[in-house]
Amino acid sequence: MTQPLIELADLGFAWPGQAQLLDIPHFTLAPGETLFLKGPSGSGKTTLLGLLGGVQRAQSGHIRLLGQDLGQLSAGARDRFRVDHTGYIFQQFNLLPFLSVRENVELPCRFSRLRAERARQRHGSVDAAAAALLDHLGLRTELLGRRADELSIGQQQRVAAARALIGQPELVIADEPTSALDFDAREAFLQLLFAECRAAGASLLFVSHDQSLAPLFDRSLSLGELNRAAKSVEV
Amino acid sequence: MHLIRIALASLANRRFTALLTVFAIALSVCLLLAVERVRTEARASFANTISGTDLIVGARSGSVNLLLYSVFRIGNATNNIRWDSFERFANHRQVKWAIPISLGDSHRGYRVMGTSTAYFEHYRYARSQALQLAQGREFADDPFEVVLGAEVAQALGYGLGEKIVLAHGVATISLLKHDDKPFTVVGILERTGTPVDRTLHISLAGMEALHIDWQNGMPARGAAQISADQARAMDLQPKQITAFMLGLNSKIATFSLQREINEFRGEPLLAILPGVALQELWSLMGTAEQALFVVSLFVVLTGLIGMLTAILTSLNERRREMAILRSVGARPWHIASLLVLEAFTLALAGVAFGVALLYLGIAGSQGFVQASYGLYLALNAPSSYEWKLLGGILAAAVAMGSVPAWRAYRQSLADGLSIRL
Repeated sequence: MTQPLIELADLGFAWPGQAQLLDIPHFTLAPGETLFLKGPSGSGKTTLLGLLGGVQRAQSGHIRLLGQDLGQLSAGARDRFRVDHTGYIFQQFNLLPFLSVRENVELPCRFSRLRAERARQRHGSVDAAAAALLDHLGLRTELLGRRADELSIGQQQRVAAARALIGQPELVIADEPTSALDFDAREAFLQLLFAECRAAGASLLFVSHDQSLAPLFDRSLSLGELNRAAKSVEV
Repeated sequence: MHLIRIALASLANRRFTALLTVFAIALSVCLLLAVERVRTEARASFANTISGTDLIVGARSGSVNLLLYSVFRIGNATNNIRWDSFERFANHRQVKWAIPISLGDSHRGYRVMGTSTAYFEHYRYARSQALQLAQGREFADDPFEVVLGAEVAQALGYGLGEKIVLAHGVATISLLKHDDKPFTVVGILERTGTPVDRTLHISLAGMEALHIDWQNGMPARGAAQISADQARAMDLQPKQITAFMLGLNSKIATFSLQREINEFRGEPLLAILPGVALQELWSLMGTAEQALFVVSLFVVLTGLIGMLTAILTSLNERRREMAILRSVGARPWHIASLLVLEAFTLALAGVAFGVALLYLGIAGSQGFVQASYGLYLALNAPSSYEWKLLGGILAAAVAMGSVPAWRAYRQSLADGLSIRL
């Protein structure tokens, strides 16, 4: 069996002075897998993503990303590890409004030498990689030089997807990226995202409270089932 | 490199506040440099007023007072001194040259000074520069000849051969005019940047002739009047003068001669060293000059605090920007340096704009300032002291930028990749 991309073991986390928020005995995500994680607000979803991104540190247990235990890295090393291997898409307002579309897409390559290198290997240059990704995601090339805030919300989310995917990170984390889109646009956006993740060989961890999207994924999980702390609260 | 690009783009996105901040800093920098230039120039021109004179002697009063009326043509002597006292010290074996000075009259607000041709020969200003005639010649044997300072000639539009009437007393509007004895302009001096420019020079004989028929401070009437031609024929040897300047054979003798004059039994005299008195006077004015400098420093500080306020207020609305940067790999210190860079950029733009304003201002007001205040403001490159001031402002801006940088650093650690809205 191949090494899982993400592996959580006996993960425990609580914000200072608050009750245990997360208690996850076991969770894995395989390379290339797409996973729908259902999490209503307040379920510790944001905290879990923070832990996976290495922004917070677990109080107990392990988080392994590509076999690397995040808890053993320093804060700076976790930041570097995050940008090298993870792309993020958020709910909305993902982009720096004052930069051009191209500059927004290329941002991860500015902070990660590894991703810049991978983009160059595959497309010849970072610029070419950005243009190719935006083209695949259906954005016309003349939009490249536009300021990001001149685009529609749907276009902005596709730019955010291109940014998450540039330089082929092994993992793409999407946190309610479709909540600002209407239903048809949601499904179209997801199909594009799947195709690009497949092409890049990236796993997709998709967090949403919108159960209707779940059937489109390889696997679907509820954070409430994973998290023992949530259950005990409910009881 | 990309951090600079992001900082600039982010600033450009808030260009209205950014421009206001830059403008505030620019104005304060311009003010600081202008004050600095003017005070440097004022001090230099002040110290340049007189040189080469070892002792100034007048009736006993204060040294600053004596300096003010004898050199700066400000205020009045409390008393005159006798001609024989002057002669006694002018012929002293230590004395190389002596310039008598007789004050008390004026012409349209400019002081008239009676003196001898020794004045043109021996008076020095700045770095031992002698007086030069721009036009004409020194006054000669005829008592009713006048040599104008450059500013007098320029301001009043006088040329050679002009007949002018002097007024009794030093008030701008004088009711008592010496209109029976007009003077002819025979020479105009080169500009010196000193009070010499604002002086009309006549001979002691001329000064005596003006007042020869005066009694008890009033002009004579009727038959007692003496015309200019009659005066020319009379003995115009003055009996009194206001002060005199001495140049010595050897500087070493300065103090002993000063003591000798101060202890002179003939009449109460005061001898001062011009350099010492200048310094005493400057220390009086220096306080005001220092205060002005400190005030302008505070104005710069105010400009920088305005910048700090603008950046700090922007922080909250930029949490999203910071979180996005974090999610694409910016580390907390990247965020902090972004804000320091921003402060530095604003200050640098402000300083550059302020210096540009200063030079524009100097270029525009140079002529006016020189004409009205006798200060020559040169369009020089910034002095090393000014560079230090500018560097200090930038350093202060960076230090201030570290406040929002620290807050953003803390904030971005706490917020992580997402902002709870």
